[in-house]
Amino acid sequence: MSEEVTITIDDQSIKTQRGEKLLWVALENNIFIPHLCAIKDESRPNASCRLCFVEIEGQDKPVTACSKEVENAMVVKTRSPHIDRLVKTGFELILSDHNLKCRECPANRDCALQMIAKKRGLKLKCDRFKPLEREYELDDSPAEFAFDRSRCVLCGQCVWADRVEAEIGAIGFTGRGINRVVTTFKDLPLADSICTECKLCVDACPVGALYYKHNQKA
Amino acid sequence: MSKNNPQKLYEDIKKKAQNMFKSRQEKPLVMVGTATCGLAAGAMQVKEDFLREIKDKGLDAEVIEVGCIGHCYAEPLAIIAKPGFSPVCYGYLDEGLVHRLVEDFLAGDDPSYEYAMAALERNDEFPTFEDFPRGVYEEKLILEHCGFSDFSKIESYIAWDGYSALAKALSDEPGHVLEEVKNANLRGRGGAGFPAGVKWEACLKNGGEEKYVICNGDEGDPGAFMDRSVLESDPHLVIEGMIICAYAIGARQGYLYIRAEYPRAVEHTLKAIEQAREKGLLGNSILGTDFSFDLDVFQGSGAFICGEATALVNSMEGKIGMPESRPPRLVQRGFRARPTVLNNVKTFAYVPLIINKGADWFKSIGTDESPGTAVFSLVGKINNTGLVEVPMGISLRQLIEEVGDGLPEGCEFKAVQIGGPSGGCLPESSLDVPIDFDSLHEAGAIMGSGGLVVMDQEDCMVSVARYFLEFTQHESCGKCTFCRLGTKHMLDILTDITRGEGDLETLQLLKELGEDVRDGSLCNLGRTAPNPVLTTLRYFYEEYKAHVEEGRCPALVCRDLILYYIKPAKCSKLCNVCVGSCPTEAIYTREDGLKAIDQDKCVKCDNCRKACPTEYDAVLRLSPPVLPGEKERKVK
Ligand SMILES: Cc1cc2nc3c(=O)[nH]c(=O)nc-3n(C[C@H](O)[C@H](O)[C@H](O)COP(=O)(O)O)c2cc1C
Ligand code: SF4
Ligand code: SF4
Ligand code: SF4
Ligand code: SF4
Ligand code: FES
Ligand code: FES
Repeated sequence: MSEEVTITIDDQSIKTQRGEKLLWVALENNIFIPHLCAIKDESRPNASCRLCFVEIEGQDKPVTACSKEVENAMVVKTRSPHIDRLVKTGFELILSDHNLKCRECPANRDCALQMIAKKRGLKLKCDRFKPLEREYELDDSPAEFAFDRSRCVLCGQCVWADRVEAEIGAIGFTGRGINRVVTTFKDLPLADSICTECKLCVDACPVGALYYKHNQKA
Repeated sequence: MSKNNPQKLYEDIKKKAQNMFKSRQEKPLVMVGTATCGLAAGAMQVKEDFLREIKDKGLDAEVIEVGCIGHCYAEPLAIIAKPGFSPVCYGYLDEGLVHRLVEDFLAGDDPSYEYAMAALERNDEFPTFEDFPRGVYEEKLILEHCGFSDFSKIESYIAWDGYSALAKALSDEPGHVLEEVKNANLRGRGGAGFPAGVKWEACLKNGGEEKYVICNGDEGDPGAFMDRSVLESDPHLVIEGMIICAYAIGARQGYLYIRAEYPRAVEHTLKAIEQAREKGLLGNSILGTDFSFDLDVFQGSGAFICGEATALVNSMEGKIGMPESRPPRLVQRGFRARPTVLNNVKTFAYVPLIINKGADWFKSIGTDESPGTAVFSLVGKINNTGLVEVPMGISLRQLIEEVGDGLPEGCEFKAVQIGGPSGGCLPESSLDVPIDFDSLHEAGAIMGSGGLVVMDQEDCMVSVARYFLEFTQHESCGKCTFCRLGTKHMLDILTDITRGEGDLETLQLLKELGEDVRDGSLCNLGRTAPNPVLTTLRYFYEEYKAHVEEGRCPALVCRDLILYYIKPAKCSKLCNVCVGSCPTEAIYTREDGLKAIDQDKCVKCDNCRKACPTEYDAVLRLSPPVLPGEKERKVK
C-alpha cells in the first residue's frame, strides 16, 4: 500500500510515505513546528490548537501541518511572515487564558509552552490581550497527582490517553465556547469518578495542568 | 434502464390531482397565509373569522392555509379566488375587513378593490404583484408557488406540474441528470456558493453502495427565515430536488436536517414525505422504476454551529455538534463515514426547475458566474420588509430602493448588513455592487443566508459590529484557539470601544486580531465571524475613531457616551409629560418651572425623549456626555 514520496521542508529534501501527516514527518526529521494538540495515532486530528501552521507552495494561506497529508513533490515552509504572525497571535491567545506563573509551576523547564516560546523567539507573556484570569478549583483528589485547570491549554492529550491508551473514559471535554473544559462525568473530583489513577493522562499532559504531587513547588 | 415508463405513470397521477382540483375551482376559495410570519401577525384568528363569517352567511366556500408570499409587512394576508374573478390578495386583515370581504365579495360580487393589494392574474381591473415597483425586478423561481399552494396536499403541487422533473429525470440516464445540474452552474445557496454539480459528481466518483443526501435546514442565523418559508410553504419542491440528486449520484437514503424550533417546517415536511411515499414518488421503485430512495427528517438542536457541514453530521451521528478539520470533505467521508452530499434547502429547490427547463434557461437568469436568483429577507429601516427573490446581478441599490421601496421617511441610508452574523456591513459607496457570490465576497460581505438589514443614521456601526460578534462568540463551539479566545477578546475590545475606552492602537489591534481569527480558525464560523468587524472598521473607521478619541458616539447609541439633557429654550412650563415617564424620578422641576434631569439618577432609558411632545422636542441626547456650560470641565 505504502508509496514513497519526496517532499521538501525548508529546503531539506525528505523521503517519506504518502498519506503521512506533515507535522510528524517534520518532527521526525528534526524540523520543529509548534504543536500542542496533535496525536500521532489519531487518524482524524483535532487540529484545534492552531499553532502548527506551515505554508505549502501553491496554496495562498497557511495550513495546519498536523492535518495535512504529504503529497509527492510538496514544497513546505515552516516560517514566513504570515505563519509567524498567526503563531504569535495563537500563542498569545492561549497565554491570555493561562495561569502564567512558571516559577510556581510543576512543569517549569519541562513545558511545551516554554519550548514553543524558546524555539520561536516568542515572549512567555501576554502583552496584547487582557488576561482572562479565570479561577478554577484545584482537583487534588487523586493520591499521586492533581489537576489545575488554570494551566490547561485544552490540547486533549489527556483525553486521548484516558480513552484510547487507558481505555477508561474517565475524562472528556464539556462546555461550549469559552466555557470548554476537561472534566469528569458530572464534574466529580477525579477520585470519585471512574478514574483508576493509572496516571497515563498525567504523563501525556504537555504543560503543568495534570501534574505529579511530588513535582509540586511549595 | 427502467422497467416501467415513469412519464406515463406520472401523467396518471397528475390527471387525478388535476381532477381533484377542478372540483375545488368551482367554488370560492380563501387562502390564508399561515406560515410563521403570518401566524405571528394573527393569521389563525383571521382564518377563524373567515370560517365563522362564511358559516353565518350560509355560503359554500372553502378556507385553506397556505405559506408565505413574501409580503410580510402586510400580514395577515389572504387570497380570495372566486370563479369568474382573477384571484385577489388582501393585506392587513382584521375582523372588520374579513366581515366586509365575505359580505361584499363572497356573498356579493364586489371584489372590494379598495382593500386589495394586488390581483394574481393579469386583468383589466386591478394591478398584479408584477405591476408593483418591486415586481419589475422580482423573478420568482423557487418562491413561485410559496403562499399560493396548499402545502398540505401533494395534489396541489402535482397539479402545478410538480414531480414532472422527477419523472423526466427518471426517464433519462443518471449521468445526464448530473451533467444538466453541472452545466447549470447551480451554486450552493447555504452561503459559500460551491457548485452543486461538482459536489454531486465528486460524491458519485467516491463510489460505494452507501451514499447519503442531506438537506441543510438548520438556518441558525438570527433573522433569517427563507429556508423555513420554503419548507413550510412548498416542501415538495425541496423533496423533489433531493430525490433527483439521489438518482444522479445513486443514493438510497436521505435526510432533511431541520431545526426543532421550526415545528411547522418539520410537520409540513413530514407530511409531504408521507404523501410522496403514498403516490409512489418516494420509497421503493419510484414511479415504477428500479430506483429506490427514502427520506426522513432529523430534528436538530438549532445551534448555529450545527449548520456547519461537519458539525451537522456529527450531530446527526449523536455526537457533539462540533466541526472537524477538513479534508476529508463530506463527499469523501460524510454521514456514517460514507460519501455524502449536503446542500441547502434552496439549492435543492432549484433542481426540479433546472431539470424541467434546462441548464441554458437557468443560466439565462442572473450573471455568468452566479446564475439564477437570490432570496433575501429584507429587514431594518426599509419600507417593504419580507422575502424577495431577485435575479443575481441586480445592484444593492436596486434591491433596497426599488424592490424594498427605500427607507421610511426620516431615515437616511447609512449601511446595509448582508449575510447575517458572518456577513459584512457595506456603506453607500458600495451600493452599486452587483449581488452575486463573488462581488459580495470582494466587498467584504457574503451572500450568506440572505439576511439583509438596512441601517440608518441612528445605527451605531460599532454597536452593530459588537452585536453580531456577541452572537458568534456565544455560538462558538470552543474547539479551536482562534475562535474560542479570539472572538472573546474581540468582543471585549469592542465593548471597551463602545465605552470610549482605548485609542488608535486599540483599533489597530482589533483589526489585526480580526484578520488572524479569520485566517487561523478551524471552521467557517470562526473564519467569517470577524466580517462585521473588519467591514465596519474598513468603511466606518471615522465612527470608531470618534468613540475612542473623542468619547463620542455619532449615532447617539452607546450609552456610556451619551447623556440626556432637557434644553431649557425648548422646554415648556406648561408641560410635564416627561416627569411621569421617568422610571427613576430623575426629572425635576426647576425654580423657573422648566424641567431638568438629575444626571446621577438617569439610567438613559430614553423614555423622556419619547414622551416629550413633538412640538417641543426638548429632550436631547448629547455625545460626548458633557452638559452645556460644562464643556471645560472634563467629564469621564
Ligand atoms: C457556522 C456555520 C453555520 C452554517 N449554517 C448553515 C445553515 O444553517 N444552512 C445551510 O444551508 N448552510 C449552513 N452553513 C454552510 C454549510 O456548512 C454548507 O456549506 C452548506 O450547507 C452546503 O450547502 P450548499 O452548497 O447548498 O450551500 C453553515 C456554515 C457555518 C460555518
Ligand atoms: S504550564 Fe508551562 S508556561 Fe504555564 S506556568 Fe507552567 S511552566 Fe509556565
Ligand atoms: S489517571 Fe484516571 S483520568 Fe488519567 S488516564 Fe488514568 S484513568 Fe484516565
Ligand atoms: S489537562 Fe493537560 S493534557 Fe489535558 S487538555 Fe489540559 S493541557 Fe492538555
Ligand atoms: S432617559 Fe430615562 S432615566 Fe433618564 S431622565 Fe429620561 S426618563 Fe429618566
Ligand atoms: S498541532 Fe496542529 S492544530 Fe494543534
Ligand atoms: S466554532 Fe468551534 S472553535 Fe469556532
